[in-house]
Amino acid sequence: MKNTNQFMRKNSRVKKVKTGMNDQIFYLLSGLVLTIAFLLVLYPCIFVVSASFSSGTAVQSGKVILWPVEFSLTGYDTVFHTANIWTGFSNSLFYTVCGTIINVILTILAAYPLSRQDLVGRDKLMLFFTFTMFFNGGIITNYLLVSKLGLINTRWALLLPGALNVYNMIIARTFLQTNIPNELLEASQLDGCSDIQYLIQVVLPLSKAVLAVLVLFYGVAHWNTYFNAMIYLNNRSLFPLTIFLKEILISGQIDASTVSDPELAEKVSQLSGVIKYSLIVVSMVPVLVIYPFVQKYFIKGVTIGAVKG
Amino acid sequence: MNTAKMRTQTWKKIKARWQLYLLLLLPLAYIIVFAYVPMSGLIIAFKDYDFRKGIFDSPWVGLKHFQNFFHSYKFKLVLKNTLTLSIYSLAVSFPIPIVFALLLNSMRNRRYAKLIQTVTYVPHFISTVIIVGLLTQILSNRTGIYGTLYTLITGETGPNILASGPLFKHIYVWSGVWQNMGYNAIIYIAALAGVDTSLHEAAMIDGATKVQRIRYIDFPTILPTATIMLILAVGQIMNLGYEKVLLMQNDLNLNYSEIISTYVYKVGLASGITNFSLSAAISMFNSVINFILLLTVNKITKKLSGSGIF
Repeated sequence: MKNTNQFMRKNSRVKKVKTGMNDQIFYLLSGLVLTIAFLLVLYPCIFVVSASFSSGTAVQSGKVILWPVEFSLTGYDTVFHTANIWTGFSNSLFYTVCGTIINVILTILAAYPLSRQDLVGRDKLMLFFTFTMFFNGGIITNYLLVSKLGLINTRWALLLPGALNVYNMIIARTFLQTNIPNELLEASQLDGCSDIQYLIQVVLPLSKAVLAVLVLFYGVAHWNTYFNAMIYLNNRSLFPLTIFLKEILISGQIDASTVSDPELAEKVSQLSGVIKYSLIVVSMVPVLVIYPFVQKYFIKGVTIGAVKG
Repeated sequence: MNTAKMRTQTWKKIKARWQLYLLLLLPLAYIIVFAYVPMSGLIIAFKDYDFRKGIFDSPWVGLKHFQNFFHSYKFKLVLKNTLTLSIYSLAVSFPIPIVFALLLNSMRNRRYAKLIQTVTYVPHFISTVIIVGLLTQILSNRTGIYGTLYTLITGETGPNILASGPLFKHIYVWSGVWQNMGYNAIIYIAALAGVDTSLHEAAMIDGATKVQRIRYIDFPTILPTATIMLILAVGQIMNLGYEKVLLMQNDLNLNYSEIISTYVYKVGLASGITNFSLSAAISMFNSVINFILLLTVNKITKKLSGSGIF
């Protein structure tokens, strides 16, 4: 009896030590894996920023490894003196601001009625929207439509197609359904509030979180748009930044004649590496500026969307 | 009489909520014009589209364009490339965020975990053009990180991996993991935050190791979410992002990088002699396969786990 007791105690201690050891190894390994993943994401970002602040020769000869070598701002200087970049930057800003406003309005106009349980035919209307998520006409028929509407080579070509994203609409609708208490609607209706008044005066002020999510998702999509611009536009003065980025970063063409400073224009060929890195940094500034402000909201947005996706 | 009464009642309900329908008018008009009209335009896949005659007056040709596509030498190539890329991509980029979320959730240093989380989201918001631009810069065998390190270690100039066909799929898939791992982990991390801590405490008293707790407590928690994500991912399997592939293509890797969606673009819009009908037929073939896949996976998972999206 005594013996077995002792044995059991010993056994449990052994088990405890063993699990403790196991856990230590686990924490060590998982910490290591996560740190490697973290560094793999972080390193290219640091490298790009460092390279953009280095001298042209240092980048060209591969001297930059982690920190800037021969600190210099010529990359940025050239970028800011290139006419195309300014055209692209201001166009992208225009498409992002106007496009996002159109997007958010259309999305709320659809999401709010579809979030109301007293809407007759709600499920059928919803299906009418969601079906387009899984089946669509493809780029050719869209192109034919855009050209039929006379939008080719106009700014509308980047604003109207894709003005309503059904996935984002579902996010907004789910938010409205779960976060706006039904009692508010009943109380407002008793006070003689119409449905549109209720939307503007009660629902929207309570929906700042989801509006932030919509602004982020749509805004980033507009800022990053490339393909539609490529197929719908051929007037260079309408191009968004991404088209110019593609020309410079991927096709590797930097047209020296578009650089307004003649001294810089001469050096363009040996500076191409630095220019590219500076350009990457410049083009990411707007996204990185708004990112911290909306960061706490978008986690919410992503989760809402997935729950009822 | 009863149905007539019900009908007037429904009508009354609709009338009472007329403002809601008014609000819906604009989005509905939008979706009809920009989603259903192009969908109906797919009939050009069965016609010989002539832009002077328009969609409706162009002559019918039946399945000619589909047959042409199936018999062309490109068919096998683009189908193979599409499936290789998408299945490889799914096999890698579906499980990695799950593992990442589980590990991150079990980290004891919460501030470090938060830092890793915040930093790994950021690449998701970088545009495809910049990602591909970054790839060409960093993987350059002369001036990029890859080239510098290769020369540093071996003393020679590295081979040009961007021009290599067989390596295309690896670069495509792993740069995707780099960009989206953190972002795709968000919903799993959110689901894990809802795990009842008393479960973990009880398991610890019973002597469960951390690995066992992850396996039997955390993993089952995120399984429903993972199921839905898998259905959605499979439903998109033929819809590979053509933007990134198109940007990564060059003459040297074309045999490995031409996929259905980029081929549709080239046949329809980018080649010298554009063929709208053939292009529409290919894209319709793609959509239909995709839709069938989605319905099948949804049905299977519904049978297995009881949760689906329809």
